[in-house]
Amino acid sequence: MSGPVLILGATSGMARAVARSFAEAGHPIQLAARDINRLDDDAADLRTRYGVDVTLHAFDALATGTHAAFFEGLDLPQIAICAVGAMGDQDQSAADPLGAAMVIRSNFEGPASILAHLANAMEARGSGTLVGISSVAGDRGRASNYVYGSAKAGFTAFLSGLRNRLARRGVHVVTVLPGFVRTAMTDGMDLPGPLTADPEEVGAAILKAVEKQKNIIYTRPIWRVVMAVIRNIPEPIFKKTSL
Amino acid sequence: MTRLGGWGRFPLAECNVVTARSEADVRAAIEAAPLIARGNGRAYGDAALNTDQTLDMTGMDRMLSFNDGVLVAEAGVLLGDIIHTFLPRGWFPWVTPGTKYVSLGGAIAADVHGKNHHLDGSFRSCVDWIDLMGPDGTVTRVTPSDDLYDWTIGGMGLTGVILRAQIRLRQVETAWISQETRALTSVQETLDAFEETQDVPYSVAWIDCSDGPHHGHSLLLLGRHARADELPGHWRPLEVRRKGKLPVPFGAPPFIFRGLWLRAMNGIYWRRGAKRAGTSLVNWDSYFYPLDALANWNRLYGRNGFLQFQCALPEETAAAGLKELMDTIAAAQTGSVLSVLKRFGPQSGHVSFPMPGYTLALDFPANERSLALMQTLDQITLAHGGRFYLAKDARMPEAVAKADPRAKAFAAMRKQAGLTEKFTSLQSERLGL
Repeated sequence: MSGPVLILGATSGMARAVARSFAEAGHPIQLAARDINRLDDDAADLRTRYGVDVTLHAFDALATGTHAAFFEGLDLPQIAICAVGAMGDQDQSAADPLGAAMVIRSNFEGPASILAHLANAMEARGSGTLVGISSVAGDRGRASNYVYGSAKAGFTAFLSGLRNRLARRGVHVVTVLPGFVRTAMTDGMDLPGPLTADPEEVGAAILKAVEKQKNIIYTRPIWRVVMAVIRNIPEPIFKKTSL
Repeated sequence: MTRLGGWGRFPLAECNVVTARSEADVRAAIEAAPLIARGNGRAYGDAALNTDQTLDMTGMDRMLSFNDGVLVAEAGVLLGDIIHTFLPRGWFPWVTPGTKYVSLGGAIAADVHGKNHHLDGSFRSCVDWIDLMGPDGTVTRVTPSDDLYDWTIGGMGLTGVILRAQIRLRQVETAWISQETRALTSVQETLDAFEETQDVPYSVAWIDCSDGPHHGHSLLLLGRHARADELPGHWRPLEVRRKGKLPVPFGAPPFIFRGLWLRAMNGIYWRRGAKRAGTSLVNWDSYFYPLDALANWNRLYGRNGFLQFQCALPEETAAAGLKELMDTIAAAQTGSVLSVLKRFGPQSGHVSFPMPGYTLALDFPANERSLALMQTLDQITLAHGGRFYLAKDARMPEAVAKADPRAKAFAAMRKQAGLTEKFTSLQSERLGL
């Protein structure tokens, strides 16, 4: 099984690592992002390292009206991985509800829209895998990033519902909850070492999850424990914490 | 701020680390503050440390094209990645140092050498061009006909930021090395054996610098790429496996660096080698990168880190110089279990380390005693017309570095080209480059 893999939001550090993992496994790669000029070197890298076919596709996650057309111009992939997202700045998001709306649209509305199109097409075909990269921030809203977190919570619920709907239709849905990852998004943040993954680790974990048809993965297993604790702190106590 | 060191973990400094993932990132960094580019942090000392701004280049690790052995890649690509990608297709680096975890940019900046220096020269032998970003953010493609090429290769990142380069790989039939081991009992015997085996592609000797009956004993390891018809029929000649690494979680107890223990270890190693002397087939990874199998072998020396001493001595004085260095090291009763001796071929470039003659490398635990001993070794080296490897250096005084007239010329060139304000490392400041 080495059909084409579509990677949405392909300019991110995590997407790059994911593309490498799947290309190394022999899959042709379709890279999609708003500015495809930024993808030329990444495409060259995948071709040079792994000898796979790579195509580039202009895609704007926020322009949901264009998604039907985007997707018509594409060979339906065997696997589609959505790495679209933007953390935003929580203080700005808190002060500016319009900015917050953009964060919510980038992390929830856009990804949900394109995956809905892909889900319908894969359902009609009767096969395929959808991967949504969500976040542990969606497991419980915290003061430090609840705008981003709430959008990811929505996306996680969307993926869960999609998985439930398509389970008997030959289409599998994987929810990825990476925890901290060393990428441009987290540059300058002081990240705790044992909880922080390299993008390559996430890429390898997603490849394995797809191959083994996992449902929900935390790329570092410790996060399953950490989030179980955070989810179970009683609200009267939780609201006074600063996590 | 991040507490950062080189591979020897001495010295450590609080550095502002900025990650570059694109050419635009590098340009922005150059505009922002003085910097030094850093690859995979395998230089031993302070060559890739800058407290204002250390530019992490490992995010620029794209391979851009490959045709018939000619690779264009970004500076952050690791040699190990190149091997894993192209050895299965029958290509191997033209020159490789003793670890595969060096970046392409770092290999160029330090002009690394390998076991084949006497025949094939240093890393520059395979570098067709370098894209270098200068102090004003413009990118120049530097080729062997440019003077800047000679300053950049071996220039420790002090001429600009190496963005990408084109290098040539060598065609091989197998991933195996045909190795011949010779057990020798004195320095002179070892040097004679090196001279006699100049036509063998790879050669290196592990030599005993300890104080005791094995002083001067060596194992000379000769190697060449094995042909397909030399392998047993059922072997896959170009199979490359990713080996796991054994972690080194904590430092070794300090007694292993003391006299008696050192003597015992060296004796065991030599006798074991002598017993296995002869020809054998060795996997590329074990042959070129024996220490890479231990993930963090630099931690063996514990939290204080360690110092590496590597000098080159010219042909005429090598025998006398080596003897004096080794006697001094033996008398000090400290230092590494084994030291490495290697024949060098012709010199090239304006600032590269190798010179025709011999190079000796060994490490010491980072402490006052070692620092004092290394000052003595500096003087012995200079008295014999030798020089030092900047990729290993963490503590040389400016006067020692400047005894090499090329260092003064480099400093003058940098000043004139306006590089001194933009590209600096703790090492360049210490050595006045």
